[in-house]
Amino acid sequence: MNNMQNLYRQVIMDHYSHPRNKGLTGNGKQNHLRNPSCGDDITVEAEIENGIVKHVHHDGHGCSICCSSASVMSEILTGKTVEEAKEIIKTYFQMIKGENIEDEDILEEALVYQGVAQFPARTKCATIAWKAVEDLLGEKDEEE
Amino acid sequence: MLDIKNIRKMFPIYHKYPDLVYLDSGATSLKPQCVLDKMNEYYTEYGVNIHRGVYRLSYQATDEYDKARQKVADFINADFEEIVFTKNVTDALNKICQMYQKFLHKDDEIITCELEHHSSVLPWMIATKEKDMKLVYIPLNDEGRVTIENFKKTITNNSKALVITYVSNVMGYITPIEEMIKIAHEHNMIVIVDAAQAIQHLPIDVKKLDCDFLAFSSHKMMGPTGIGVLYGKKKILKKLDPIDYGGDMNEEVDLYHVDVKDIPFRFEAGTPMIAEAIGLGRAIDFIKSIGFDAIMKHEQELLHYAMDKLSQIKGVTIYNKTSDVGIISFNVDGVHPHDAASFFDEANICLRAGHHCAQLITKWLHCIGTLRATFYIYNTKEDVDKFIKVVKEVVEFFHQFEVNKNE
Repeated sequence: MNNMQNLYRQVIMDHYSHPRNKGLTGNGKQNHLRNPSCGDDITVEAEIENGIVKHVHHDGHGCSICCSSASVMSEILTGKTVEEAKEIIKTYFQMIKGENIEDEDILEEALVYQGVAQFPARTKCATIAWKAVEDLLGEKDEEE
Repeated sequence: MLDIKNIRKMFPIYHKYPDLVYLDSGATSLKPQCVLDKMNEYYTEYGVNIHRGVYRLSYQATDEYDKARQKVADFINADFEEIVFTKNVTDALNKICQMYQKFLHKDDEIITCELEHHSSVLPWMIATKEKDMKLVYIPLNDEGRVTIENFKKTITNNSKALVITYVSNVMGYITPIEEMIKIAHEHNMIVIVDAAQAIQHLPIDVKKLDCDFLAFSSHKMMGPTGIGVLYGKKKILKKLDPIDYGGDMNEEVDLYHVDVKDIPFRFEAGTPMIAEAIGLGRAIDFIKSIGFDAIMKHEQELLHYAMDKLSQIKGVTIYNKTSDVGIISFNVDGVHPHDAASFFDEANICLRAGHHCAQLITKWLHCIGTLRATFYIYNTKEDVDKFIKVVKEVVEFFHQFEVNKNE
């Protein structure tokens, strides 16, 4: 059961039961992603002003890994510069894939998803909200 | 009585993973060594093209390929020319939908139900939209079953086809198709049966059923992937035009004209799945050697054993307590099916989580998806015990968190 305790950490279940920044505000850009194989359905909203991520919100439904990671992501990225946010996202994806990461600290609370690397079938769950926000930050890039 | 120990020995995957608990036969069955050997025999001993070569090896390959088609025909009591090989059941159901379009017109009605797999209903959803026809769903009863009464209520003067699953891949219900087919024919409708979840569980006699078309995949009946079957009544098949043109399906080609071959060959353009067809033939021999009586008895035993144990666990919702075949759909209350699935994965138990390519029925059940355990001839009571143990662990594990019950 060790792997399971590691996958479903208390922090994850807490964000699942009490998601932060849930519900869309109508400010900023939105990106809607679905994983049809399991029914994860997430919309992420991010507002960027002067190169700073002003806020991130999310809405939708899915498994605990999917929904909680959207909540954790929204907290971490808010207030970061777009460059910082991109670096965090990149590092997060590396961690989920089980790759070595140089600077763990920048992941803050998202480090609790380390256990996902042991469950390749769940990497989509853990990354869907992060991919959605990555797209939003990327779009901003193209405009500049 | 099935000698399960001996049967398991015939499936090489158990040699590699002796502790594997495979409860996902509804998605695809495991393959016995004899099927793999037969396909290997083709590739190593007479692996040349069929119908074309005028040499002995090609004759042998063609002969084996033809024998396989005859085996499929005998298996469902059809004739040789009524068996069309396709990629899989999805391909078969799409093809028949497309090929039959020429007999359909605006305002015609196609009757189906919410138990359908996407591959059964989606081709008709698109076709009815394109042609301004109407797709009509038979209301399911409280249990989620199709009833004769409800079917009768959906029939109008415009009803032209009944597109129906024989066994639901989520609920495990056997549709009363024999009576429905009789009623449909009284109203001049044709009937297309999706037998993807029936072919491996129960004997099928297309003449007795009197269905016009019936489709299934080889890989769910212990045959190889990559090949499926479309059965069609001779007199209707003869009126249909091929979708694919190319090699092997024509008799004579002129500058501006082609004469196509007779059925079933006109529907099989290009080099077919030769090894797969031969493998499917061997899978049919294998099923016959065990016999449907033994298969059904074993499945029922496992089903009731599992259903009984699962029902006793508090915090589990079972969606199909009256399932007719070895299919159980359930959820652990308050736990997303994919969260539960990782626990089974961790214990080497393969089962399905999600909507099982049948979103209409998961929506009908008002859930986001289900866990599904399916049983087949190689499963044992020990498999069920291991499965039940993990279900209990999931219930207990998530009990420690205050999981949002709305999710």
